[in-house]
Amino acid sequence: MRALKFLILSVGCAATLNSYAAQVAVHVEPVNLQGPRPLEDQSKAAVVRDYIRAWQSFDAALGQNRPELLDADFVGTARDKLSDTIQQQAKLGIRSQYQDRSHDLQILFYSPDGMSIELTDKVEYDVQVIDHDKVITTQRETARYLVVLTPAEVRWKVRVFQSVPE
Amino acid sequence: MKSRSSLLLAILAVAAIHLAFAQGERMTLPKVVEAGSAFSIQSVGSGKAELYIIGPGQVLKRDVQLGEMTSFATGSLYNAGHYLAVLAGGSFTETGSFDVLAASKPANLSFLAKPSRLPVGLHDGITGAVYIFDGYHNLIATPTPVSFELSTSSGAMQKHAAVSSNGAAWTAMDSTSEQGADHFVARIGDVSSTRIVAQVPGDPCELTISARQVGEKVQLTTAPVRDCHGNAIPDGTVVTFTESYSGAQSTIDAPLKHGIAEVTMPVRAGATFSVASGVVMGNQIGWNK
Repeated sequence: MRALKFLILSVGCAATLNSYAAQVAVHVEPVNLQGPRPLEDQSKAAVVRDYIRAWQSFDAALGQNRPELLDADFVGTARDKLSDTIQQQAKLGIRSQYQDRSHDLQILFYSPDGMSIELTDKVEYDVQVIDHDKVITTQRETARYLVVLTPAEVRWKVRVFQSVPE
Repeated sequence: MKSRSSLLLAILAVAAIHLAFAQGERMTLPKVVEAGSAFSIQSVGSGKAELYIIGPGQVLKRDVQLGEMTSFATGSLYNAGHYLAVLAGGSFTETGSFDVLAASKPANLSFLAKPSRLPVGLHDGITGAVYIFDGYHNLIATPTPVSFELSTSSGAMQKHAAVSSNGAAWTAMDSTSEQGADHFVARIGDVSSTRIVAQVPGDPCELTISARQVGEKVQLTTAPVRDCHGNAIPDGTVVTFTESYSGAQSTIDAPLKHGIAEVTMPVRAGATFSVASGVVMGNQIGWNK
């Protein structure tokens, strides 16, 4: 039953994404939208796929202090804030890696104009802090994220990426 | 006997200290901090250590003297999120976590309104969605009352109240019966965001023509063309005049000019003239002269 409950993400074309996604358990709760606009299954799948992919970019960008790795999946406030964090890390000689282990997603809001989707994600992840190549700590954390995505040319991009207390 | 008691006490004391440190008592963390607020972290012990505050939203690092309070001034930590606090000394590392919450006072509204142009009199034709942010662009997740207002140039106003959920609120409103540029406002207290929604006349309503003979032809003229709310249909809207006679038809398209359309058509005995615009049919005139 538990195995059924968890959907191992198998969407995406790139081999790297597939191998990455195979390590991450993704469970999507039934949609319970506020708002008048129905969410098509295809849009739902695309949003989940693009959000999970964004975690991969997020991990790589903060782990390597390379803000340009955010560009494909983040936009607006979320991109600006993560980019600022990378600058702070680089200045201090710090890197941080965020390896997601599981996601429990629920789509909350699809704006009437179809230009934004908000979801919540109870995510479990390992965070490792490295100061000048010395591992300071590795911790497993659980947090609830509020995420707003907006459509871009070929995918949904994360515009708000913020954890809130459970 | 006395020395054995002292040894036992010493062992208990060391065990107690070890237990305390293992339980994470080298530093005392706040459970939550409001974005941008001052806060402090108390450490125990002696010697020097480094204190890291690590989160996706911000990273801070301080050299600290153990046993002293490390203060973070107003504006130091302003991005909402979940943060790790790591205290690293020469022989120990202690980790805890805390949350930074969005400030409670809204400062920015991200307001999405659609469409920017629509006909008058459409039920739920205008929608608006708003995301609520504090002064540091953190999404305010706590339920917050939002007022949506749609006002016409003549001052008529529709007002809807909503309460945000997870930082978002939305509404749907009817377009009014009056053409013009309406102001669509999302408001929380003294913070507001405005979008302009152009309302244009709907389809023509009660299309009527009159006819008069001019020489060998008949001149057909519409009455001023208006929608069902009395708004003038824009010039350029095409009106189709049709003359039916002896099983044949002749049509002429004419644009509205100064609110009316006018054509001249040949006179044929027994002809019938009719008019239409879009899906709206007007009256018919039989010509027997």
